[in-house]
Order: sequence, then C-alpha cells, then structure tokens
Amino acid sequence: MKAKGAAACGFALLPAMLMIFLALAAASPVPAAEPRWQGVDETVVEKFAAEAGRPPREPFINIEQGDLPLFLFLVAGAVGGFVAGYTFRGLFPPKDRLKHAPPG
Amino acid sequence: MLPVPPIAMHITEGILPAPWAVLWFLVALPPLAWGLRTINRRRAADPAWLPLVALVGSAVFVVSCMPVPLPGIGSCSHPCGTGLGALVIGPGPTVVVASIALVFQALFLAHGGLTTLGANIVSMGVVGAYAAFGTFHLLGKLRVPVFFAAMAAGLISDWATYAMTSFELSSGLSHGGSLGPMFLTILAAFVPTQVPLGIAEGILTGVAYRFMLVRRPELLRLPSYLQPVAGEEL
Repeated sequence: MKAKGAAACGFALLPAMLMIFLALAAASPVPAAEPRWQGVDETVVEKFAAEAGRPPREPFINIEQGDLPLFLFLVAGAVGGFVAGYTFRGLFPPKDRLKHAPPG
Repeated sequence: MLPVPPIAMHITEGILPAPWAVLWFLVALPPLAWGLRTINRRRAADPAWLPLVALVGSAVFVVSCMPVPLPGIGSCSHPCGTGLGALVIGPGPTVVVASIALVFQALFLAHGGLTTLGANIVSMGVVGAYAAFGTFHLLGKLRVPVFFAAMAAGLISDWATYAMTSFELSSGLSHGGSLGPMFLTILAAFVPTQVPLGIAEGILTGVAYRFMLVRRPELLRLPSYLQPVAGEEL
C-alpha cells in the first residue's frame, strides 16, 4: 500500500513537472535572429567550434544522395524487424511460461 | 527523401583537434572493454539476455537522435536514453550499445562523427550510464521510492552527459587559460534546452523503469533493496 501510494504520488507529480517544463520553456529567451527549431548541435556545439576556428567538416560518408537514405532505412527496418520477430518469444515469452519457469 | 536532422549533443565531425580526439578514444576504451566483458559473461550465463541488450541498444539509438522541439525556446534537443539503459542492462553493457548507436549515427545520419566518436562515447555512453547507475543505487539505498530514484537517475544522466560534452568541447577548443570560462559559457548555452529536457527524460526513465518493474521484473537484475518489492506491492 505504501509503495502504491508513492507510485500514485509519482504520477500525480507529472502535471507539476509539465508545468515546470512549460514555465521554463516560456521564460527562456528566443534569439530573434536565429531560425527556429535548430538543434543544439548548431546553436551551441557548432557555433562555439566555429568561433574557436574549428568549424565542422563534411561527414566522411554522406548518404544524402537521391533515394539512398530511403533504401538504407528500409533495409535497416526490414533487417531489424526480422531480428525482432525472430527473437520475439525470447523477448516476450507468454505469461504462462513465465509462471512455470524455474527461478533464476 | 528522409530528413536527416543534425540535432544533438553529439560533437560534430572535425570539431575536435586530433590529439583530443585520440585522447577521448583512449578514455573510452577501458569502459568499452569492461562492457563487452560483462555482456560476454552474462550471455554465457543466460543467452536469452542478449535480445534485451539489443532492444535497449535500439531504444538508445532512437532516443538519442530524436529531436524534441522545445516550445518557447525555439530550439530542438534530444534525450540520451543511456540512463534508462544503465538501469535495465547495467552501465557496462550500456556503454557498448551506446557506442554501436553512435557509430551508426555517425555513419548514416551525419550525427556526431567518426573522429569525435571517442568523445561522444565518453559523454553519452560512459558518463551518462554511470551517472544514472550511481544515482539510482545511491537513492535506492536511501530508501527513496523506485519511481523517484529512477527519475533522478534519468535526469542526472542527461545533465551529466551535456556537462561532459561542454567539458570536451571547452578542453579541445580553448586556448591557454580560457578553459574554465569557456566551459561555463557552453554549459550555460545548453541550459535552456537541457533543463526541461532533462526533467522530461527523468520522468520517462521513472515511468519506464517502474513499468518494467511491475510488468516484467524478471528482465531486471534487481538490487537487494528492491528484491522484496518486485512483483509484490509497488
């Protein structure tokens, strides 16, 4: 019961956390000159690196050519899906098997 | 054409000077070797554990390149996922799966880089995983409820990762005595995105870990102070 109460308290805290998040987000200044929704990679990491005279270089392997990213993502998804499906029973055994499984 | 967002705490290709890039590779090697050893030993004891490691690895891969727009800030950042990974499979194996995720991101997503891989492994893999693991076990021993301990672990893991990234950047880019001021400047630049995102990652970690503890406690290697709780009353 005590633990259930703590868990309920934890979930009750979620709206409070959300409020804190929104308050912090609203209070933070938005530099007007910068385009919106840039990642911190550009706004922080690359910005400081460029200021220090070490701008980022092009990636060694650039897959942004035509439909190559689409192909690679499809292949990765198919292979990953196959592996996940093949090991599905190991990852998510039926509940009755779990109940009768030996300890350890 | 799929969008390839360059959004991360990942240090981009070519930013770190060569000596620093090599140094961070050397720093990353021992925890990586320890993680591989842990995986091999646990796999020998329980082969069914390996798919869980793969599952956590894919979760770390997705979470650590998932851009989250932050309303009011106008910028995007991402959680790390290594905090939850460390609680589920342990910090050593998390370093390994984070390294694999970072290699794929560097190769195929222009996310991070091959020359900066060592630095990114140290910040996201090593520091993120061990900060979460240490926080969770410390709070657990202090009898803090599981949800809050896991939440704090996720939050500290996220903030520690970005603090380490700030240190790696400032140590590699600063000249002479400017390390301290540059470190604080970069750290401060991360604050607007990482304060809310760290809290969000903490909540995600707390909810996910508690869910696993209730539904599938046998997947977790529970510390002794959680043993009487698991599977009974939570």
